[in-house]
Amino acid sequence: MSERLVCTGLTKSFSTVRVLKGVSLTARAGRTLGLVGENGAGKSTLMNLIGGVHRPDSGTMTLEGRPYAPASPIQALDRGIAFVHQELNLFGNLSVADNMFITGFPRRFGLIDRKTMNVRAAGFLEKVDLRVSPNTPVDALPQGERQLVEIAKALHGSSKLIILDEPTTSLSHRETTRLFETMDRLRSEGVALVYISHALDDVLRLCDDLAILRDGELVATGPRDEFTRDRLISLMVGRPIGQLYPERPPASLRTVILEARNISQAGVAQSINLQAHQGEVLGIAGLMGSGRSELARILFGLDPHSSGEVLLNDADITHLTPRARIERGMAFLTESRREDGLFMDASIADNMAIVRRQPARIPELCAALGVKRANLDRQPVRQLSGGNQQKVALAKWLIEPPKLLILDEPTRGVDVGAKYEIYKLMNDLARQGVALIVISSEVEELTGMCDRIVVMSKGETKAEFTPPFDRARILGAAV
Amino acid sequence: MKAIFGLIPFLLLALVIAVFSSMAPSFLATRNLTNIVVQSSSLGIVAAGMTFVLLTAGIDLSVGSIMFLSAAVAGKMVLTGWPLPAALIAVLVIGVLFGLVNALFIAGMRMPAFIVTLSTLYAGRGLALYITETRAMNLPDELLVLGAGRWLTIPVPIWVLAITLLVSQVTLTRTSFGRQLYALGNNESAARNAGIPVRRLLISVYAISGLCAALGGLVSVAQLGAVSPTFGNQREFAAIAAVVLGGTSLFGGRGNVFPGTILGALLIQTVESGLVIINADPYLYPMVLAGIIFLAVLLDGLRQRRIESLSRRKIRPLAA
Repeated sequence: MSERLVCTGLTKSFSTVRVLKGVSLTARAGRTLGLVGENGAGKSTLMNLIGGVHRPDSGTMTLEGRPYAPASPIQALDRGIAFVHQELNLFGNLSVADNMFITGFPRRFGLIDRKTMNVRAAGFLEKVDLRVSPNTPVDALPQGERQLVEIAKALHGSSKLIILDEPTTSLSHRETTRLFETMDRLRSEGVALVYISHALDDVLRLCDDLAILRDGELVATGPRDEFTRDRLISLMVGRPIGQLYPERPPASLRTVILEARNISQAGVAQSINLQAHQGEVLGIAGLMGSGRSELARILFGLDPHSSGEVLLNDADITHLTPRARIERGMAFLTESRREDGLFMDASIADNMAIVRRQPARIPELCAALGVKRANLDRQPVRQLSGGNQQKVALAKWLIEPPKLLILDEPTRGVDVGAKYEIYKLMNDLARQGVALIVISSEVEELTGMCDRIVVMSKGETKAEFTPPFDRARILGAAV
Repeated sequence: MKAIFGLIPFLLLALVIAVFSSMAPSFLATRNLTNIVVQSSSLGIVAAGMTFVLLTAGIDLSVGSIMFLSAAVAGKMVLTGWPLPAALIAVLVIGVLFGLVNALFIAGMRMPAFIVTLSTLYAGRGLALYITETRAMNLPDELLVLGAGRWLTIPVPIWVLAITLLVSQVTLTRTSFGRQLYALGNNESAARNAGIPVRRLLISVYAISGLCAALGGLVSVAQLGAVSPTFGNQREFAAIAAVVLGGTSLFGGRGNVFPGTILGALLIQTVESGLVIINADPYLYPMVLAGIIFLAVLLDGLRQRRIESLSRRKIRPLAA
C-alpha cells in the first residue's frame, strides 16, 4: 500500500473567500479514494490543485515521494496525473484516435504517423474495454462510450493517478457498470484512483478509502469499513439528518391540469397518455434513454410530435409555442442546467428575469430559496455551487407561480442539504395547487416525493404505481 | 445521408456542365475545359487559404484586397526594375504580414473576425489604390510567364494550384497543427482545456489566408496582364462561397480542401465561364453569383441541421 500522492496542509482562497483550509490527503497506489462533500465544500478546488488547474496558496504535495507542484494541467499530465472532468472535453468531429493524441501525435518524417497512432489508441481502448475502431468519429459514439474515450485518453499519459469528477451523471445503468469494471481493473493494475460523486451508494460500493470534506476542511478520512451511508451524510452536512424527504399530505387527484393524449413521435415516443392533477407530484421513472426527457420536451412544445394532443386546463395547447405555453402557466426545469437551464456568465438577477421581468420579486425569492450569493446583479451564475445554480434555475419559474411545473432531474449534481431544500420547495408548490411532474433516475427520490409514479421504457409508458411504492417492482418495470 | 452531402459538390458541377454544354456545344471542348481549370486556379488558391480560416469558425473578408495589394506591389516593383523573384517574395511576405495584422486584432485583442477583416478590406483596397494612383497598370511580359507559361506541358497556374492544394491537404490531415484546427473549430473551450495553443492557431490561419490571397493575386494578375482599380474586387465572396459549396461549414470544424474547396472553386469558375460562352447579359453575373452564395449557405445550414438531428437520441427503432 504505497503512498502515491500526499497532500499536506493545502489552502486556497479566491478573492476573500477561503475555499480550502489546510487539507491533508493521501491517495495510495492500487486503491480508490472516494471524495465526498456538499457542493461548495471544496472538492473541485482540491482536485484543481492536484490537476494543475490552480496553484495552492500554501501547503505542499508529493508524488511518489518527490515534490509535486504542477503549474498547468499539461505539467500534471506529464507527471502521470490525469483529470477526467465532469463535462467531457472531446471533439465530436474528430476520430477517437485524434482525440487521444490531439496535443501530442506520434510522428514520422514530421507528419502524423497514423499507423502507430491507431495501434497505440487501440491498446488504450482495450484497457478500458471499449471495442470501437480508433477511426470512429466521436460524434458517432453513445454518451457512455465517450466517457470511456475520455478515460482512455487519460491513460495515454501512462497515468499514476486518475481523478474522476462525477463521471456517471450522464451514463446509463449499463454504461455505469462498465465504467466501474474498468475502474476496478485499473486499480488492480496499480493505478491510484480518486472518485468524486454525490451518489453515495456508488461511492460506498466502489471505494477502498473515503475522505469527507466540509466547508473547506477534511472532517474524516479512513478505510471504507469505518463508514455507513448515514454516517457519511451526517459528516457531510455536519448534523444528523433524520429524514431525507419532507412530509406532505397526499394529493386529492381531482382536478386534471395537464393531459397528454396518445402522444407519438417516430423513434421517440409511442402512444403516451398522461394526466397530472392539481397539487399532485407525478413521478416519471425510467432508465437513461427511456424517453423521459424527450416526453418532457414534447409536452413543453420544444420538440415536435407527429400525433396526439396536449391539454392544459382542458384547453388544447398542442400547437402552441413554448412561450405561449409559459403564458398559460407551464414551466420546465431542464435536465442540464449548464447547457440549457442557465446563462452561465450572466448574473443571478438576469437569469431570474428571463421568464418574467419583476425585479422586485428576485431578492425575495432568493431569500426564500436560500440562494447563497455575494451580489445578485454582478455575480455570474458560473461562480455558484451546483446546488445554488439549480435553485436559481428553478427560481426563474416561480416569479409568477406556474400551474404545471416539469422538473427533469431536479437534484442531479446537487448535495444533500440543497436537495432537501429543493424537495421542501416542491412540496410547498404542490400544497399551493401546482401540478408537478418529476423526472428522475433515482427511484428512491421518486418514491420519497411522489403521489404517483409512471414508468417509461423504450418510449412507452409501461406501468403506473401508487403508494405504498415497491422499489423493486418499479425498477423491474423500467428495464 | 452524410454520403449524399459529400456528393453534392460533384453533382452540382456535373449539372452546371450539362446545362452549359446543352446551351453551347463548344463548352465541352478540351481547350475550354482546360481554360476553366486555369482560370479557376487563382480562386482555388485563395479559397484553400480561406478553408483554414473557416475551419476555426472565423472569416476573412480581406482576401480580395490582399489580392489587389499584392498585384499592385508586384506590378510596381517589376515596372521599376526590380528582379522578378524579389518582387514575388516581397508580395508573399506582404500577404503574410497583412494576415498577421488581421490576426493581431482577432486573436490578440479578441475582436470579431467579421468586423476586423471588413475594415482591413477597405484599408487594403485604399492602400493599393494609393500605390497604383487609381490607374490601370500594364505589366511587362516576364510577369506573364506565371500566367501563360507551361512546364511539362501543364500550364503554370495549374502547377501552383496543385502544389497549394497538396500542401494544404497534407497540413490539414497529417499534421498536429491541422488536426488541432479541427478541434478548435469544434469546441474552443475544450481546445483550451486540452492545452491546444488556441491563440497561435488563430494567428496562423489568418497568416495562411493572407499568404494564399497574395499568391492567388499573383496568379490572377499574371493571367490578365494588367492591374485595374477593380482587381480582386469582391473576390472574397467568391472564395467564401467556393469553400462553403465544397462542404466546409461556416460554423467551424467540418470540411476539407480536397476535394471540397477545389470543387467549389471549379463550380464557380465554370458558371462564370459558362455565362460568357452562352453570351449571357453581363448584368446577370452578379445575380448568378448571389444565387450561388445563397445556395452554398443554404446547403451549409441544411447540413448543420442534419448533423444536429442525427446526434439526437433515438429511443425506439424507427420501423415500427
